[in-house]
Amino acid sequence: MSNYLEVNNLEKRFAAHGRNAFEDISFVVAKGEFVALIGPSGCGKSTLLHVAAGLSSPTSGHISLGGELVTGPRSELMFVFQQYTKSIFPWKTVLENVRLAVKYLPNVDRKQMTELCHAQLEHVGLGRYSNYYPYQLSGGMQQRVAIARALARRPQILLMDEPFSALDAMMRVELQDLLLNLWDELNLTIVFVTHDLDEALYLAQRVIVLSASPGRIAEVVKVPLGYPRNQVASRSDPQYLQLRERLYSVMTEQVTRARAAGP
Amino acid sequence: MSDWLTQSRASGLILIVVLLLLWELSALYLVNTPTWPPVTRIFHAWIANVLDGTLPLHLLATLWRQMLGYGLAVVLGILMGLAMGYYRPLYNLFEPLVEAIRPIPGPAYLPILVLFVGIGHEMKVVLVLVASFFPILLNTFSGVRSIDPVQFDTARTLGLNTLQTFRELVIPAASPQILTGMRISLAISLILAVLGEMIVSNDGLGYYTLLAQRTFRVPEMYAGIFTLAMLGYTLNRVFLLVESRLIRWHQESSGRR
Repeated sequence: MSNYLEVNNLEKRFAAHGRNAFEDISFVVAKGEFVALIGPSGCGKSTLLHVAAGLSSPTSGHISLGGELVTGPRSELMFVFQQYTKSIFPWKTVLENVRLAVKYLPNVDRKQMTELCHAQLEHVGLGRYSNYYPYQLSGGMQQRVAIARALARRPQILLMDEPFSALDAMMRVELQDLLLNLWDELNLTIVFVTHDLDEALYLAQRVIVLSASPGRIAEVVKVPLGYPRNQVASRSDPQYLQLRERLYSVMTEQVTRARAAGP
Repeated sequence: MSDWLTQSRASGLILIVVLLLLWELSALYLVNTPTWPPVTRIFHAWIANVLDGTLPLHLLATLWRQMLGYGLAVVLGILMGLAMGYYRPLYNLFEPLVEAIRPIPGPAYLPILVLFVGIGHEMKVVLVLVASFFPILLNTFSGVRSIDPVQFDTARTLGLNTLQTFRELVIPAASPQILTGMRISLAISLILAVLGEMIVSNDGLGYYTLLAQRTFRVPEMYAGIFTLAMLGYTLNRVFLLVESRLIRWHQESSGRR
């Protein structure tokens, strides 16, 4: 496997209070890999993802994507935000929201583009809802719109910032499986930030654990489970349980340390 | 008490009819003075002046200068508000000035305007413009400034340039607040147009009403005031109708009907 996303000695200092959000972060994500980033709240994992997406610049270090330095948002990289109620524009219908991703691309045929967007909505199970407004949909459906919109640009890599954390348990499980299907089908590379240990282990091939503030890499583990995964079987696999136990103690240690150091 | 009376607007309409009836009866049987004519006499005067074209002409004169000043205020207020809301340096540059000028009541501009633009049609248009401008400006820039950073980040990840970001995000996101400013200014614009006409003019509803009072045609005076009430009411209704068409997504998602 070849390196696709490379993060080198990344550090981000908050201008407001001069403290580091994270420091000394280096890791590599291979093409087609599914990596989860996990850490206690305030460890800078979300900030790290924003920097990796080119939405914010690092204080030092650099990121490259496909061998090219990231200096701003790139078209082969799509970001899925936690706050779908904001990221999906409420004044646009579902279809219009998805179409926004491709509307201004050069040399696109209008009709072809609309068909592509419809296809993406079918993909995430929203085929019947193209003319609905976001407020008429449940949270899970709104986040599906955001995923369809990201996919409409035919990205190579998805960066997802706690995309399912605001959803109820059933919705979350459904979307996890949907995401795994899409990842497999479209050969995507995915970096998935979450604070949910089970979610990280269920989804990813590799889990990167960040330490408490300022975030540093505390641990990197490979998840030895194969795909397709199953919400019941995978989560009760002995290897899964063992890994979960180990990461759980790493996480609690980090949280305790964060409390001790915290304000 | 039956529900429809308290739960609908029926009671409000009945109150208006009752008050008009009391007015009529008091003017006929209790207060015998020319300053308090019965409603029916006012209505006769109103019909007569509508039919001979006097009132429609004055109404059009008022509406024209109001709409001209208001329209200019809308264009300038929105353009400047968008720029100030979007570009932080422009906001820092102009906001203190806006805050300093804004508390000046609209009519206070009148003496300055008389000096600079005279007492003609232009004076009234500019008076309306100046007074209507600030609510639109303020609401527009605060609407733009309250757009969530996540929405701007979304626009960036989708590769939108500045112009596209304005079109797809900034203007629609700020539109509920822009429309609030426009509605406030619509009421202000009518007030200032009539005020300007009452100070110095030879047409318009303000002129008509004040002239009627000065020449002791009291029913005509009331007819002018009634016409203004109807005009203000109609303008607001039309505005609400247009607004609900434009930002239905906002009203329905925020639970407003």
